[in-house]
Amino acid sequence: MFANFRRCFIPTYSQLSSLTILRQNLPSFTVCNCNTSSDFRINEFTEKYLSHRKAEFTEKLEILSPFRQSTIPIYRVTNFEGQFIDPNYELDFTSELAIKMYQNMVTLQQMDKILYNSQRQGRISFYLTNTGEEATQIGSAAGIHDDDLMYGQYREAGSLLYRGFSLENFMNQCYGNAKDIGGGKQMPVHYGSVEHHFVTISSTLATQLPQAVGSAYAFKRERNGRIVMAYFGEGASSEGDTHGAMNMASTLKCPIIFFCRNNGYAISTPTTEQYGGDGVAGKAFGYGIHVIRVDGNDLIAVYDATKAARKIAEQNEPVLIEAMTYRLGHHSTSDDSTVYRPSEEVNIWQEKDNPVTRFCTFLRNKGWWSDEEDMAYRQKIQEEIMQVFLCAEKVSKPNILTMFDDVYKEMPKNLQEQRDELIQHLNNYSEYYPIKDFEGT
Amino acid sequence: MEITRYVMKSLTNLGKIFSTRCVSGIAFVPSQPDPSFGETSKMNLCQAINNAMDIAMESDSSTCLFGEDVAFGGVFRCTVGLQEKYGKDRVFNTPICEQGIAGFGIGLAVCGSTAIAEIQFADYIFPAFDQIVNEAAKYRYRSGNLFNCGKLTIRATWGAVGHGGLYHSQSPEAYFTHAPGLKVVVPRGPIQAKGLLLACIRNENPCIFFEPKLLYRAAVEDVPVGDYETELGQAEVVKEGKNVTIVSWGTQLHVALDAAQMVEKEIGVSCEVIDLRTILPWDIDTVAESVYKTGHLIVTHEAPITSGFAAEISAKVQERCFLHLEAPISRVCGWDTPFPHIFEPFYLPTKWRVIESIKKLIDFQH
Repeated sequence: MFANFRRCFIPTYSQLSSLTILRQNLPSFTVCNCNTSSDFRINEFTEKYLSHRKAEFTEKLEILSPFRQSTIPIYRVTNFEGQFIDPNYELDFTSELAIKMYQNMVTLQQMDKILYNSQRQGRISFYLTNTGEEATQIGSAAGIHDDDLMYGQYREAGSLLYRGFSLENFMNQCYGNAKDIGGGKQMPVHYGSVEHHFVTISSTLATQLPQAVGSAYAFKRERNGRIVMAYFGEGASSEGDTHGAMNMASTLKCPIIFFCRNNGYAISTPTTEQYGGDGVAGKAFGYGIHVIRVDGNDLIAVYDATKAARKIAEQNEPVLIEAMTYRLGHHSTSDDSTVYRPSEEVNIWQEKDNPVTRFCTFLRNKGWWSDEEDMAYRQKIQEEIMQVFLCAEKVSKPNILTMFDDVYKEMPKNLQEQRDELIQHLNNYSEYYPIKDFEGT
Repeated sequence: MEITRYVMKSLTNLGKIFSTRCVSGIAFVPSQPDPSFGETSKMNLCQAINNAMDIAMESDSSTCLFGEDVAFGGVFRCTVGLQEKYGKDRVFNTPICEQGIAGFGIGLAVCGSTAIAEIQFADYIFPAFDQIVNEAAKYRYRSGNLFNCGKLTIRATWGAVGHGGLYHSQSPEAYFTHAPGLKVVVPRGPIQAKGLLLACIRNENPCIFFEPKLLYRAAVEDVPVGDYETELGQAEVVKEGKNVTIVSWGTQLHVALDAAQMVEKEIGVSCEVIDLRTILPWDIDTVAESVYKTGHLIVTHEAPITSGFAAEISAKVQERCFLHLEAPISRVCGWDTPFPHIFEPFYLPTKWRVIESIKKLIDFQH
């Protein structure tokens, strides 16, 4: 109704500067030669209103119930014992890739542990762990090409790690030190890297989704063969931007994968308070986009689903993947999840379905990985992370005046003046500021 | 100052003569083209904007133009003929979703494409406020210049139109001037619009370009047909004067000019009229220089007065020109109400309100 109201404002014909141009612009209509009015209307509805989806009239009065429709199934490959459920299943990746993915998961676990604890000790200001979601991140990153563009929410450090973002980069960002490639401007875990085709994270939920669609459209026009991967949580799926993004990806036919991490909670809010339908995947048909729901704790299933989705996306057909998982950790270091969910719930997920344990069992069954190798790798990576962590801590913060950089491409006069004002002020009052933590001014 | 009191009466009489014109619209004062830009052609504001986008699309094949109803030429006819010329993949309709349009434009720009997004009315830009203020404005800063959306321009029709009521009349520029990282631009006529829009499209920062919809057809000028840009961040002294500085932008600039010409003719008060053109970041130097000379400042805009951009200009000029000011700075603006339908003639900061304010300034007693 709102939109119609707006359209009332279209100028009258007398106001138009050129009527002839308007007429020339009219699309050539094809009206079907149907015998009956019903045929005519079904034809119109089918072709023009429903993108050639066959419509039918019905004389049966029935309001469709969402509870009678079948729920989208959860695709899986292995059971928790790491065995293929379908004995005829053929694995699509090599032992090298399997070990790389597993090592990434372990690295992510160790990095989370060290940085989480460092926040608890007040050494960094904030942190978000990825616990329980390692397989969704790394399996999906492995399922697309390394130069496909990624837009994340904030719990996708594993995807970035898979692409080779260095431990130094992770730590420097969390410390906001002078070596942070983001310039120390954002809170910890807001990573980004041009080299790794990972657009810098922002805190605003779901804003990345319509942006990802715009980027996918640019790729489509360039015919560069790349697609866009846009990650988000099930909570972010409630934002208006998610709706706008899916609708635009569908109507503008963009090469994009929407990857939803459904981990059961948005901070304290359980999914029953987030949506009333068949999860996030259930929304896809409404937008006319392809969809698959996958067991997010089964790395092989996530990898396969993403790889298959990419094949569709590269044909300029958007795909939605909903990965069912569980947020094992707190929402963030500013959150104590035991206040809103029983710790038994966390323990049982940890025990019955930890994605890292599950993939490790698979690797051992295959004979690709042993307990000794596991122990040695964990030891080695822990030491490596600690070393990088301690180094990052020692690096001083960036030059204070870089605070004024990059607001605009160039620095406008008002900002130059304000920068000078700060310099002047610090000359007089430096003893009240943590000047020595920052690089020389 | 005695003269002005005397003339007040004659102005009131004048008011009776001109009142119909005042209600029906503004007196558009055309600008003269820069002769160095070469050949010109008569264009209204719509055509000048269309021409600017035509040139932008011709000169950069990554440029896309999109929004609600732009494919058939736009509800104001600003995009007429462009889809036929550049193809459906470059000029296209989007679903009705302003946050989607803004976000999509950011995404195009992040990947190096030039994005010209249209919001049908500035009144409907608010659903995209988050994308513009939290995302577009902060993209370069927050990523340490790893990513940016500098190639994004958002165009929106803007300002009063005579009968637009609450949601076809707004001037929301002040909301956006509080967001570091954006450029906010408003032209006053076809020549300015073309040069400023081309500058916005090619500027390496996200720009919001507001088009005074009252002028779309009413304003006709001899617009240079070639490719030219008007520098952003630069105000223009449209009329020189000695006694009072008046700063404005968009449609209201013509109201200010009209008032200035009338007081000059009738009571011999000489007003300097400045078109701010770029609202963020704005050109304090040109304004301050004028106020040094005149000692009086009036800022006038259609938007409501409280926290309108006149407040920023007043505060800054007061800081910069304190010793030169001979009277308090005056703001002649819309009232602090939503924009009303039938009361529009009484809501707007009319020429008569500007004139009254000029006289009060001149008469000010210490």
